[in-house]
Amino acid sequence: MSVTSVISEIKKDFIYNLLLKGERIDGRAFDEYREISIQRDVIRKAEGSALVKIGSSQVLVGIKMQPGEPFPDTPNKGVIITNAELVPLASPSFEPGPPNEVGIELARVVDRGVRESKAVDLEALCIVPGKQVWIIFIDVHILDDCGNLIDAASLGAIAALLSTKVPAARFGLGEDYVLPIRDIPIATTAIEFNDVLMFDPGVDEEAIANTRLTIISTAQGNICGSQKSGAGMLKPEQIYRIIDIACEKAKEIREKFLEA
Amino acid sequence: MIVMDESDISFFKDGLRLDGRRADQLRPVKIEVGVLARADGSCYIEMGGNKVIAAVYGPREVHPRHLQEATRAIVRYRYNMASFSVEDRKRPGPDRRSQELSKVSREALEPVILTNFFPRSVIDVFIEVLQADAGTRTAGINAAAVALADAGIPMKSMISSCAAGKVADTIVLDPMKEEDNFGQADLPIAMTPSGDITLLQMDGDLTRDEFKKAVEMAMLGAKNIYELQRAALVKKYSQMAEQPAREDVIVRD
Repeated sequence: MSVTSVISEIKKDFIYNLLLKGERIDGRAFDEYREISIQRDVIRKAEGSALVKIGSSQVLVGIKMQPGEPFPDTPNKGVIITNAELVPLASPSFEPGPPNEVGIELARVVDRGVRESKAVDLEALCIVPGKQVWIIFIDVHILDDCGNLIDAASLGAIAALLSTKVPAARFGLGEDYVLPIRDIPIATTAIEFNDVLMFDPGVDEEAIANTRLTIISTAQGNICGSQKSGAGMLKPEQIYRIIDIACEKAKEIREKFLEA
Repeated sequence: MIVMDESDISFFKDGLRLDGRRADQLRPVKIEVGVLARADGSCYIEMGGNKVIAAVYGPREVHPRHLQEATRAIVRYRYNMASFSVEDRKRPGPDRRSQELSKVSREALEPVILTNFFPRSVIDVFIEVLQADAGTRTAGINAAAVALADAGIPMKSMISSCAAGKVADTIVLDPMKEEDNFGQADLPIAMTPSGDITLLQMDGDLTRDEFKKAVEMAMLGAKNIYELQRAALVKKYSQMAEQPAREDVIVRD
């Protein structure tokens, strides 16, 4: 079925009873992230790359670029193509084969952040209008799924883009140059369980929650994308609460890791 | 192909939108219940230029069988666009967009379906978008919810769906194609009549306040749609109630 992990009823009860006491299984506050680390330029063959860890979750994002044809409706803009692979080494519930709906959703939410924030100046990626533009492939490789892959993958994507060099020389198009990045979108995700909102859910917390809400915010503090996922309900007030905390958390993460 | 961008379009004329609507006005909606003979439940909906048909089959046996759940029915939702539903022919079959929409739409309906009544079975919802004009996912969910009710699937409540958008720095209800393509944001929601939100997506650029305003406006739109869904169901089933009852119907306690 889906990649929701198997969790025993006993463990569910345990998490639930802790929640009632206002605690999380790893002792974090409800709005506290696990430790985040970002290593850039980990893959020499890629135009840009980043290995992101949030707690024990590990995501590797690689950027490849090549010249190609623009879309007919945007003849002077570069193209972004985002893919996510939930490779079976990352979780007992991932299976080989074409991406399932969870992988597709992950890729599309990562893509939404990069695209809607206009982080990449696509017009700067035009080589010959209508004929040739740069195509950016953002490939997300999940290495270890310990929860909150959306935030880790989104962080990996923007971190990798920030370290990307356009490989112009390799294609005889002049000298390599740094990919111009105009914004730093950050995705922050919370789950709702019994009216408790928990940010950066671990894999067991994800398994007990029905609903997850991702808010992607820009450096300006605006919201450029969001996605509710999971068969549950949210009250408008819960959504607004998540937004307010999400924008603050995103700011912290952006300032600490990506604005240097 | 004519290439346009935001600057080429003026979205408002004398305070009204391109199609003469106010900012907080829905496009015309038409809902018909029970339009397909073979399906257990069905619904045809028009929302502005969108024409969408929904069919529900089940609860029925699950194939392949390993998908069965011992304690509840599974719900499957297939959003599919006809190749001729859009300007440039869409390649038939599922693409990534339609798979994501299928997932979030299913998750928008599942919370109200009493799946625990039907262990080991499946409830299949099929959506065909015949004509697309921005807002096909919301039209699909609206049609699906009515088709589920028409199929007699026990539900805690109806689900109604509507989008809000932002064009020329104004929050508008139920964006049409031009507003969606060249606007600044799109925010579809689905909810129960009591205001529990079961679908929320957004792309574009909104401040926190605009986001809240868009959610509130979309909720008002969904409330209006709920009344229309309800009226369409009442219309079909009040007509049926006037016909003499069949004697072979077994009523269980």
